[in-house]
Amino acid sequence: MVMKIGILALQGAVREHARLVEACGHEAVPIKRVEELKHIDGLILPGGESTTMRRLMDRYGFTEVLRQSSLPMFGTCAGLILLAENVTDQTCGHLGKLDITVARNSFGRQVDSFEAQLDVRGIDEKAEAVFIRAPHIVSAGSGVEILSETAGKTVAVRSERHLGISFHPELTDSTVFHQYFIDMVASLAAETIR
Amino acid sequence: MQQTGTERVKRGMAEMQKGGVIMDVVNAEQAKVAEAAGAVAVMALERVPSDIRAAGGVARACDPRIVEEVVDAVSIPVMAKCRIGHITEARVLESLGVDYIDESEVLTPADEVFHLKKDDYTVPFVCGCRNIGEAARRIGEGASMLRTKGEPGTGNIVEAVRHMRMVNQEVRQISVMSDDELMTEAKNQGAPYDVLKEIKMLGKLPVVNFAAGGVATPQDAALMMELGADGVFVGSGVFKSENPEKFAKAIVEATTHYQDYELIGRLAKELGSAMTGIDISQLSLEERMQERGW
Repeated sequence: MVMKIGILALQGAVREHARLVEACGHEAVPIKRVEELKHIDGLILPGGESTTMRRLMDRYGFTEVLRQSSLPMFGTCAGLILLAENVTDQTCGHLGKLDITVARNSFGRQVDSFEAQLDVRGIDEKAEAVFIRAPHIVSAGSGVEILSETAGKTVAVRSERHLGISFHPELTDSTVFHQYFIDMVASLAAETIR
Repeated sequence: MQQTGTERVKRGMAEMQKGGVIMDVVNAEQAKVAEAAGAVAVMALERVPSDIRAAGGVARACDPRIVEEVVDAVSIPVMAKCRIGHITEARVLESLGVDYIDESEVLTPADEVFHLKKDDYTVPFVCGCRNIGEAARRIGEGASMLRTKGEPGTGNIVEAVRHMRMVNQEVRQISVMSDDELMTEAKNQGAPYDVLKEIKMLGKLPVVNFAAGGVATPQDAALMMELGADGVFVGSGVFKSENPEKFAKAIVEATTHYQDYELIGRLAKELGSAMTGIDISQLSLEERMQERGW
């Protein structure tokens, strides 16, 4: 079945995610308005500037709706920060979807941004990972599975409905993470039907 | 193994800025206003372009104290300008931890023959361009992001429009050229053949291209998005307006929702007057910043 995967299109690398969703054989839908959330099976929160995205999410009513929503979500970099329950230098998190604490810019400034090959639990091949002023996961609650680490820092996690990673698969040609998310969406949809 | 300063890391950083607004700021206080309004980055400089125009003399890279002040004040990325060809200004900015350097015609060029060899640096660069020749040469030197030159500090959008339309038109032409035509095009444009080949293969520029140089109203920002800009730089427009805070927010919203004309109308209604504009024909060739660099 072809899944409709929304990509929050307020700011950031939207087109790149759309390209990989389509490469997996599914439909990519840019989301600029809250009403558009009704027609999708899963939502990607792309990389960009988390501060900017949060401001725009508040202004257009996304924050409240997404907090209540049961949509499966996949966040990369800034998107991971949006999904987290806690952010270290802020009084509260944004959407509180993943029971984790994240720290922003944890690998340094842009000159420290890097590429690496990662081992990821549940994915057979090495994953190409591009880290740009990336956050990392400081701690994770009991319902959260740790999928990958680099330099002693957790950089990929999942729960039943949510996938969060520190880096940008959308800047590579590899579809492994998008396929992983779409499989999550499909199995959750199958459960609901059953 | 972790690899820093790769092409993907440098170009990718600019990809994350897409759909956003980058604002010129001259101190920490302005940087905080820009961040609060939803800017995706700030550009630290000593004077905004319209003041550089008014002051005359030599415009140099920003005082390191201001750069540090701005870096400490905000969590969004900080960019800073260096003079065209000024290797040391660029290296100093890199050592200060700046996230992106603009090798900019807004400052007085330090070298009238050579631009920086930008792929030598770990920090990524953005450069101005008016046509595909300039765009391809800057990419060939290692620029990871482009912007239109426009005509900075004028509050007049006409040059940014001209440059955005020109580059996009030339990209479309290149994408349907045969390989032999492409070599002649490279010769005529003085553009690296490999870069033109990459543009042809992708059907678009291999790096993002923002609008810059003359954006003075939310409508201007939205117009540039309509014409295919990946995002917008606002120089003098924000802090030379009547109410910078409101103005900055309006520009950000208009950039995100550039086809929501009702919203843009509402935003514009609440703003005071924009900065005073300058007609380009009133500027002599020497006064036009876009003529700097090649």
